[in-house]
Amino acid sequence: MSGGYIAQQIVNGFILGSMYALVAIGFSMIYGIIRLINFAHGDVVMIGAFLTLGLLQIIGAPFPLVAAVVLIAGALVGILIEKGAFRPMRGAPQVTGFIASLAVSIMLQNLGVLILTAQPRNFTFPEYLQKVLHIGHVSFRVVDLVIMLSALGLMCALLLLVNKTKLGMAMRATAENIDVARLMGININRTIMATFAVGSALAGIAGLMWGGKFGQIDPLLGFVPGLKSFVAAVIGGVGSIPGAIVGGYILGVSEVLFVGLLPPIYSAYRDAFVFSTLIVILLILPNGIFGKRSEERT
Amino acid sequence: MKLYQPRLIFLGFILLGILFVALVRSTVDEYVLSIINFVGIYTILAVSLNITNGFTGLFSLGHPGFMAIGGYVTAILTFPVSRKSMFLELPQWIGNLEMSFLPALLLGGICAGLMALFIGLPVLRLRGHYLAVATMGFLIIVQVLITNWESVTRGPLGLNGLPALTNLWWVYPWVVITIYVSWRIKFSSYGRSMLSIREDEMAAQCVGINLFRTRVAALVIGAFFAGVAGGLWAHLITAITPTSFSLIMAFNIVVMVVVGGTGSISGAFIAAIICSVLTEIFRPLEENLDVYGIGEIFMALILILILVYRPQGLFGAGEPGFLSTKNRNE
Repeated sequence: MSGGYIAQQIVNGFILGSMYALVAIGFSMIYGIIRLINFAHGDVVMIGAFLTLGLLQIIGAPFPLVAAVVLIAGALVGILIEKGAFRPMRGAPQVTGFIASLAVSIMLQNLGVLILTAQPRNFTFPEYLQKVLHIGHVSFRVVDLVIMLSALGLMCALLLLVNKTKLGMAMRATAENIDVARLMGININRTIMATFAVGSALAGIAGLMWGGKFGQIDPLLGFVPGLKSFVAAVIGGVGSIPGAIVGGYILGVSEVLFVGLLPPIYSAYRDAFVFSTLIVILLILPNGIFGKRSEERT
Repeated sequence: MKLYQPRLIFLGFILLGILFVALVRSTVDEYVLSIINFVGIYTILAVSLNITNGFTGLFSLGHPGFMAIGGYVTAILTFPVSRKSMFLELPQWIGNLEMSFLPALLLGGICAGLMALFIGLPVLRLRGHYLAVATMGFLIIVQVLITNWESVTRGPLGLNGLPALTNLWWVYPWVVITIYVSWRIKFSSYGRSMLSIREDEMAAQCVGINLFRTRVAALVIGAFFAGVAGGLWAHLITAITPTSFSLIMAFNIVVMVVVGGTGSISGAFIAAIICSVLTEIFRPLEENLDVYGIGEIFMALILILILVYRPQGLFGAGEPGFLSTKNRNE
């Protein structure tokens, strides 16, 4: 096992981690603002992937345009989910929202099966994105580089949005205390809607990346990555955006290393590894790395 | 005399059920019979999850995981010795063991219960939806382990050609036992402890209820019945694979409990019947019209509507008045 091999695995982990981080950010923002674990979030990834497939391969739109449309469509789907399912039951016990989000998730998956059939579809990016680059012993495709860089760019944009703009201030205030925020004249409904929109837009883009990375998509693709991104959010501390980013990279790298460094027979256990991590983290570090010790989870 | 009335009504219901089983078995064809069996198994699942989820408020998505454990244990125990050695590499003493159905079912349930104890001791410290996520993690871990433990479970292929032991004379008594046990728990002091934990943990602790022990008990009892149901399930379809017990199934059982009214035994029972019959109605529709997934979409939609417009469920938390003189405080 050479140093080059390990470096390659770490780079692969970062690529996977970028996608986990983008999805985990949405989980964390939505949890932070209304204390809801939104399981339908993973299915926005699926919608983003299929939209990319449709625009890129059937219509043949140029790549940057596709990315913009996917971003906007993801935001719209998020707004729709919030308005349709979660707003009517705001104020209900936490678990109610959780069950509802499972219902939305199962609905989206089955709508996908109904409309698109469960058959996996091949997914190819344009030639220039498929070219393989070599740096030392590490090699990757242009698309991997695009994934990593654009994920970083989006994260910076998001941090700016949350920390420097008025909307971001409203989001932080609502997350801190929804009732006081309302008294301060913040439009709660609009703020929550914006949170869903931003989080889901990032998930939609993650879907585009997922398709580009793995080359095959089906209507159920969003579920397991969605759950794993949730694990990433828990590692970082649910509710914290930097936590979600760090958690995403930690989970991506450790999952790839788990598969890459252990003997091959263990690679079938990768999902078990991820979810055991979840249970262990919930038990020993329930607030994650960056989470505030503000509420009881245990 | 009024105090004994519910008991007589119960007995009446049980006798009616026996009549129904006898009638159905002599008139209806195989296909409808198997649907009725499935409905029965689903009522066991919903009523037992109601102990964990409804009474005690432990939102568990791990029920199919316990079913899987119970199902595999029962299946391996009843598998004919001659074929067992062909498929599986088991330790000698299990390899030469061929049990009859009842002890195998009980052992399946006990193994599921032990697993619940093992997983519950650490995980039950979590609350609310964190517990839900942890139990879901447990379900996925169980699936992965079963898929990869090929010497005992044949991995993704699963075990098939199991003896078709399950029939209504097996399912029906277990439905009755599950409901009876659940009823006795609900109207005992232990059940009251469970309900009070659901309503207000702090207050429950203040009146001296051992929170942790009660929660573990609720999980273990629910898991035992899930294990038995898994065994019945496996011997009804005569095959068992790691994907038989999925998160979708966990969701379906949770829907039944929520639709029926969290904590209501009769609610869970009736909702289980309605939901599983609806699913069975949708199945031929899906196959004939080629609209796969419409059943699940419909179930999910019903669930969301009920959560929005009737969050207490169709039947609330209580039981119908004619069945109980004890729950006037609803």
